[in-house]
Amino acid sequence: MNHDAYDDNYIRGILNSVKSIAMVGASPVNVRPSYFAFKYLAQRGYDMIPVNPGHVGKSLLGKPFVGSLSDIGRPVDMIDIFRNSSHIMPVVDEALTLSPPPKVIWMQLGARDDAAAEKAEAAGLKVVMNRCPKIEYGRLSSEISWMGVNSRTLSSKRAPIPTQGMRLSLNRMSVSGGTTAASDRAAKNKSEPT
Amino acid sequence: MTDRLPGFSTLAVHAGAQPDPTTGARVTPIYQTTSFVFNDADHAASLFGLQAFGNIYTRIGNPTTAVLEERIAALEGGTAALAVASGHAAQVVVLQQLLMPGDEFIAARKLYGGSINQFTHAFKSFGWNVAWADPDDVASFERAVTPRTKAIFIESIANPAGSITDIEAIAEVARKAGVPLIVDNTLATPYLIRPIDHGADIVVHSLTKFLGGHGNSLGGIIVDAGTFDWSKDNKYPMLNEPRPEYHGIRIQETFGNFAFAIACRVLGLRDLGPALSPFNAFMILTGIETLPLRMQKHCENAKAVAEFLAGHPAVASVNYSGLASDKYNKLARKYAPKGAGAVFTFSLRGGYDAGVSLVSKLQLFSHLANVGDTRSLVIHPASTTHSQLDDEAKVRSGAAPDVVRLSIGIEDKEDLIADLEQALSA
Repeated sequence: MNHDAYDDNYIRGILNSVKSIAMVGASPVNVRPSYFAFKYLAQRGYDMIPVNPGHVGKSLLGKPFVGSLSDIGRPVDMIDIFRNSSHIMPVVDEALTLSPPPKVIWMQLGARDDAAAEKAEAAGLKVVMNRCPKIEYGRLSSEISWMGVNSRTLSSKRAPIPTQGMRLSLNRMSVSGGTTAASDRAAKNKSEPT
Repeated sequence: MTDRLPGFSTLAVHAGAQPDPTTGARVTPIYQTTSFVFNDADHAASLFGLQAFGNIYTRIGNPTTAVLEERIAALEGGTAALAVASGHAAQVVVLQQLLMPGDEFIAARKLYGGSINQFTHAFKSFGWNVAWADPDDVASFERAVTPRTKAIFIESIANPAGSITDIEAIAEVARKAGVPLIVDNTLATPYLIRPIDHGADIVVHSLTKFLGGHGNSLGGIIVDAGTFDWSKDNKYPMLNEPRPEYHGIRIQETFGNFAFAIACRVLGLRDLGPALSPFNAFMILTGIETLPLRMQKHCENAKAVAEFLAGHPAVASVNYSGLASDKYNKLARKYAPKGAGAVFTFSLRGGYDAGVSLVSKLQLFSHLANVGDTRSLVIHPASTTHSQLDDEAKVRSGAAPDVVRLSIGIEDKEDLIADLEQALSA
């Protein structure tokens, strides 16, 4: 699996198939990315579970915090890890003890642990590293184009009109558009110090 | 769905422009509105806090302009772009994110005369200090690096003489110095040169020129390559430190590989205010659809005119990198194999007076201060675009008193040559 540049269909397949997402490192502080990514994904219809041992007893947008993955007590489709690269492995280890195990391990923008990814993939899980599900959802639904971002998709079909709480179509008829190869190369060079 | 990547001409027509979600309009509508209603108070707060995607106010973003931004980001191979009111505005907004008062940037000496003025005089009052280097001598960039250097600025095809810059060599200097390379790609357009493929971290354009291409609308744009690591050494506090005006978010942490474009939008454009009119964005978008066709014709005509001038007895020399004899021909074949652009200079044996006489006798060429129009244009840089430079700087920047600059349009080349012939021989 190439983790430097993902095929759109790979990301699209994950975001279309998962229903529940446990976010490890979700924050109740409303200016943290781990707060507003949580909020966005909840608004787009995902069943969100905030995981943060420091906030057990409180809730995030009506969802009670749990202290660890094993405290969730029900099957979860995807683990979105909002932690630094050095804290990824223990989370993946814990995720692999769950029964049934999650289908996807997603490491946030800036986070990458190739050894943890290899371990999860060996157990049959899909892995995404150094990406934000909010940004990828916005990109594939074309919502992010409003910010002048290169969505790398082209389509002659109408874009969806996003409204609050609506699940956007990620399956619209689109073909690959412009690339961001230079940025992907830079990210790879950064993760492999010479 | 497929992994096949579309070609440049397909992107020039389609990138960023899906049919309008509300009406189904196929051509991008002109959203001529200052403001956009919010769904509710929470939605408004999320937008203002940069927590949700959406439109607030046309000074910060506009749906017509966003199509232009995505299209150019796609054509340049960048992660995102921000359109502004002019190429000059793009330069102010870019450097505002990178420099604090007392900081420096290194710029190539061969630049558009307006940029030389902006860097030398206007930026001095912001405390941004420019150090000049010679684009034909890469070592001069290395020598100019100091601990306060925050960026390097070059033009891919340099105004006015159309010389070609060795982007990869200067990108290597920038990489070693740990600063981003900014490339003004106005005269090349991404059709001829894609600076990001050669190591540029930021690309800027005057959209007014070949991209818009019809001489009808001003505009500028900033493209983020998504290649620079803004978190390193905390050299760039605008991107790396918590922003008090956005409740303490860090731009580079929140927006990843398009953080620079977002910083330009939410810290630069929002606060400095040089927004592009949605109408201009529409005009420029329409122009871009035919960019590949126009650039082919511009380059074909320019080469024919340059060859004609090179063989004319009244002409002392022609600076066009598309000519095999030109000193920049090797660089042109490397960086711009599809064509060497359509802006170049030549000098007349009769000097300054012959230049003034030529300009007055031309019938098809328009005497004005622009380049990159469908129409062929002529100007005498020493008395106009570069007139504020002293004599030595004029020569150094390629605008000596005997030099005439042409911007070759998309007319029939035989007519352009006939016009030059009658004006030179009269």
